[in-house]
Amino acid sequence: MTRRPLHRILAAGLALALLGAAACSDDDGGDDDTSATTAADGGGEAGETTGTLSDDDALAAATTYADVVFAAYAANVTAATEMGDAIDAFVAAPSDATLQAAKDAWRAGRELYGPTEVFRFYDGPIDEPEAGPEGQINAWPLDEAYVDYVEDDPGAGLVADAETLPEITGETIAAVNEEGGETNVSTGWHAIEFLLWGQDLSEDGPGARPVTDYTTDPSAARRGQYLAALADLLVDDLTSVRDQWDPEGGAYREEFLSDPHQAVTNILRGMGALSAGELAGERILVAYDTQDQEDEHSCFSDNTLVDIVGNARGIQIAYTGEYEGVEGTSLSDVVAEIDPERDAALTEALDANVAAAEALDELGTFDQLIVGDDEAEGRAAVRTLAEDLQGQGDLIAELAGALGYEISLEI
Amino acid sequence: MTTPARRRLGLALAAVLLVVACSGGDGEGGDARPGDRDRPDAPVGPSDEERAASGGDATVENTGAQAFAQAVPGLDTDGRRFFAVGNNFFNDNWVIAPASTDGRDGLGPLFNAQSCSSCHFRDGRGQPPADADDPERGLLIRLSVADGESTAPHPVLGEQLQDRAIPDVPVEGSVSITYTEEEGTYDDGTPYTLAVPTYTLVDAEGRPLGDDVLFSPRVAPPMFGVGLLELVPAEDIIAEADPDDADGDGVSGRPALVDDVDPGSEAERAGERDGRLGRFGWKALEPTVEDQTAAAFRADIGVTTDLRPEQPCTAAQPACLAAPTGGEPEVDEQKLGRVTFYSRTLAVPARRHVGEPATDRGEELFAATGCASCHLTEMRTGSSDVAEALSEQVIRPYTDLLLHDMGPGLADGRPEGAADGSEWRTPPLWGIGLTETVNGHTRFLHDGRARSLEEAVLWHGGEAAGAQERFRALSADDRRALLTFLESL
Repeated sequence: MTRRPLHRILAAGLALALLGAAACSDDDGGDDDTSATTAADGGGEAGETTGTLSDDDALAAATTYADVVFAAYAANVTAATEMGDAIDAFVAAPSDATLQAAKDAWRAGRELYGPTEVFRFYDGPIDEPEAGPEGQINAWPLDEAYVDYVEDDPGAGLVADAETLPEITGETIAAVNEEGGETNVSTGWHAIEFLLWGQDLSEDGPGARPVTDYTTDPSAARRGQYLAALADLLVDDLTSVRDQWDPEGGAYREEFLSDPHQAVTNILRGMGALSAGELAGERILVAYDTQDQEDEHSCFSDNTLVDIVGNARGIQIAYTGEYEGVEGTSLSDVVAEIDPERDAALTEALDANVAAAEALDELGTFDQLIVGDDEAEGRAAVRTLAEDLQGQGDLIAELAGALGYEISLEI
Repeated sequence: MTTPARRRLGLALAAVLLVVACSGGDGEGGDARPGDRDRPDAPVGPSDEERAASGGDATVENTGAQAFAQAVPGLDTDGRRFFAVGNNFFNDNWVIAPASTDGRDGLGPLFNAQSCSSCHFRDGRGQPPADADDPERGLLIRLSVADGESTAPHPVLGEQLQDRAIPDVPVEGSVSITYTEEEGTYDDGTPYTLAVPTYTLVDAEGRPLGDDVLFSPRVAPPMFGVGLLELVPAEDIIAEADPDDADGDGVSGRPALVDDVDPGSEAERAGERDGRLGRFGWKALEPTVEDQTAAAFRADIGVTTDLRPEQPCTAAQPACLAAPTGGEPEVDEQKLGRVTFYSRTLAVPARRHVGEPATDRGEELFAATGCASCHLTEMRTGSSDVAEALSEQVIRPYTDLLLHDMGPGLADGRPEGAADGSEWRTPPLWGIGLTETVNGHTRFLHDGRARSLEEAVLWHGGEAAGAQERFRALSADDRRALLTFLESL
């Protein structure tokens, strides 16, 4: 925490902030072109501009962010590969122990995936509408009956359907799933989760798929092939995203850094959309509102709080640039130079919301927290976190507007 | 939370007093029209700021890919939650029943899409598929058969061709579209071409549907602003009607009163609508946003609601009828309510380039050529208990919400509700200039046949023939100005 040496000191007010902005545009390191590329009407903030980032500062912040993205996806590829190895070991010799090892590897990979979701929402490599693999990696809800048997429908799913899917590979699974055109719903983290845990039919625990599904069940062999193929597909998809951000010639990284102000807009858009839209809205408030126990992101494994903490950390990481193995000037650093108050307010919110998300774990699993009356401790804490994440989204939008960028929080 | 856009609009209103002196008497402002404000100190014409705020307080300034996806300003905590939850159920795929996520299952048995957003991509406009295998969703086919003087649902396929189904249920068929180019000429000799679509409908075995089938292709319209249109008092809309063209301007316009619907049609069977005014859908079949939402849930995704409790199967589709359901109804009252709330509170994007010479010239021409006789500039909403930003607003939707005969070129020949086979409800034009930004295409009209706003204007016939002819008679500069105006919406 050595960055931002100024922001606590300069807590003085508008006059100082304006001085800071004016000074900044005069001494921004030799590049006088401080104009942002986007009109300053985004988010509707009423004209309280902070000043714009210099081209150099925007480039520095965007470069650090790109380094973070690459490091994060690289860690994901490693973890997913390890999960694939654990799954291969399980499929080769199914037992309670090898199943547990595969589940542990899934949880480890999942914990690393959560923070990467802040790299979405601006049509980058992960979710570019035509080719981005986000749906294939993380589609939810999952059409589980399309994959395997479910309660009341023992014959369902591609696992048992050798006619539709005679040969099981990552390629054939992806091809079948793309049939019909939508971003598909039967691959990725949650399909693997479903094949490891099974449906969550209990009120106070995760799914309990028996090992016999992989030993004596008539579809055992095909199920194992399907599971292993899903893991391979996930590794391939994550690798393709990682490579786009490779400092050594990643095509998207190059494009991203070619327009640093657009890059900063995208960084803020990803942060704001994840904070207020995807995390607060889709992942927390929807379940809070419906009180459906299985209306949670990791519904088979009851791992949802880990997803939530990971998402909250991702927003923080995107702003602070603090990711293992990455050094550089973060967006927070350059904002602190021209508007220490906004930077302080946002970093404070980011810290508080990560802490609040982590604290939920002490109250129970997510699917238990969301039920009950509105005053119940867990339910109130969930709601407060969601509303604070919406407020954090507003701060991000206001910061963007003050810097002259237009972003939207909607997803 | 602050409500910045409202604050800015407050400033804008203050600015009105400064600007009106200059803009008075100019452009489209001069004449008193129904719906004009009646303040004692009312300016003669609307200010630039008022013209830009297409949805009144429910306007947002966003010119990006999410321009159609913004909430109206000023939602309270509950409102933000309802919006977020509705957004989720609008965006996410429905899944096959039974599923662990039992609040989201019940897809199909027959359907056109798995989610609302796959057709209303980013809450915007659908487009026709490039070919039969094009995964792009956004166009569907409504069906019926001639039944003496009247029409009836197709005996096997029902009222909509669903080209997708859950496993073990046969799909109903598919559609392919071919286009032929039809040449035309502006009065100044400049040629243009229009793409005339031909639809080929086949059943699941690839056999053509019979000649007695009446069908109507429809692209998904944009979602935003419907909460405002719902609040325009029916009497205001009816007051604009001129069914017998009493004023002799060649433009009539009929309200889609549900009293006029065909006996036996879906609209009639839905009941509980006597005396209500249809205002949503390409034929103004549905009177409220909730009705429209429930109808789309059932027909397009195959999920049922209390308002539309029957699965989208006919008696001649046993596999469809035998398929598992996701509960009765599949979308409970709370979720239907949230999606309805979401739809109602999608804000209208502000106009761009208001007050610039080319845009203003185009706006004058829009009125002078007669476009504004149906694409009414100004309406007022009544009071709302949904959101303050929707309540008592002066809005600029560019529609009269009436049915108009659009001529044989656009006719689908399939009566529906109160509309005959040549009539369409005037679609709102607000936000239309952002279609390419949000949806990545410029396909317009009910089936997306127009490849540009210019082509959309040129397709106008019937009651709009006069306006179309006046457009064709304009100079190239004036035509460009009119289109520039449309792009500014």
